[in-house]
Amino acid sequence: MAKRAAPEVNAGSMADIAFLLLIFFLVTTTIETDSGLSRKLPPMEDVVDPPVIKEKNIFQLNVNKNNELFLKTGGEEKVIKLKDLQKAAVDFLDNGGGAGDDACRRCQGKKNPRSSDNFDKAIISLQNDRGTKYETYIAVQNEILAAYNQLRNREFLRDNPNLGVNFVEAEKMYNDPRTSEEDKERLKEKLEKIKLLIPQKFSEAEPKKS
Amino acid sequence: MSKFKKKKSGDLPAISTASLPDIVFMLLFFFMVATVMRENTLMIENRLPAADQVEKLDKKDLVMYIYVGKPSSSYKDKYGTEPRIQLNDKFADVSEIQAFIAAERASKREELVPFLTTALKVDREANMGLVTDIKQELRKANALKINYTTINGDALASLNR
Repeated sequence: MAKRAAPEVNAGSMADIAFLLLIFFLVTTTIETDSGLSRKLPPMEDVVDPPVIKEKNIFQLNVNKNNELFLKTGGEEKVIKLKDLQKAAVDFLDNGGGAGDDACRRCQGKKNPRSSDNFDKAIISLQNDRGTKYETYIAVQNEILAAYNQLRNREFLRDNPNLGVNFVEAEKMYNDPRTSEEDKERLKEKLEKIKLLIPQKFSEAEPKKS
Repeated sequence: MSKFKKKKSGDLPAISTASLPDIVFMLLFFFMVATVMRENTLMIENRLPAADQVEKLDKKDLVMYIYVGKPSSSYKDKYGTEPRIQLNDKFADVSEIQAFIAAERASKREELVPFLTTALKVDREANMGLVTDIKQELRKANALKINYTTINGDALASLNR
């Protein structure tokens, strides 16, 4: 019998099919990864006697239901604008008014005796009303974190002037899976040191039971 | 003689499209690999607030999502206009969060459970009462790592809009 050649499949429409699929994936794709403010909640336990904290070491923020900010620190209460919050928080954290054991060697603030002692003692407390808008709350959180990051950047650069990155960038590098293990090990030590020096003592008040 | 006259056609030779499928396939594979399909159908309005001190939320398999917002227009009649919680594909009550966390934890390998993060995708118009309730529930469930998911932008500028 005569050998019959297998007929060639027409591949002319392959491009069309591929285009169809391509367009489908183009439409359904969301490439972006989520990003946001990472926080840690305090564990649920009844503190029998809360530690006594000096009033001057607390930066008490209260957001009411009209999204207005009240700041109580160093014995004075005032209404504060959101855009001034970051500077106020930096001034408070960086004050360094402590003496003796509490003295803060790395603070560059005004050393006002009525404001915070040192980075470790300074606590920022945030309380919000149930009617506060989430957007305002996030903006406040953002400003407080910005204040901490600003100081951490400053101290990190002071410690490692030759590294060429600041604290935030270093942390990003540390979390990047592409960074090699040795680099991570080296970064970790430096990051931990700064985190220990300027801890994020940023507490949110327990919701009031009504 | 005209026998040897070259045929001089004025038009340009056609560009070969034989490699077109290859190019398209290349693009196709890129998008197939880069695609993340939406897991949940959103039944709520979800316009995230802006912030600039953000951290990236890598490792999508280690994230539990809690959505909060006003029910979107097609659910308005049934669920009203007050912000609600959405877990997976349905509206939920605050009391269901603990069960949700437990279910998410059970579905992950045991050694990964401590690394689970809860992403709160809350609409910017929602009020804090509901968010505070959620946070209390998360504390009860001992899911302490949270992330307020935001879009990347200037928080103050977007607030004044």
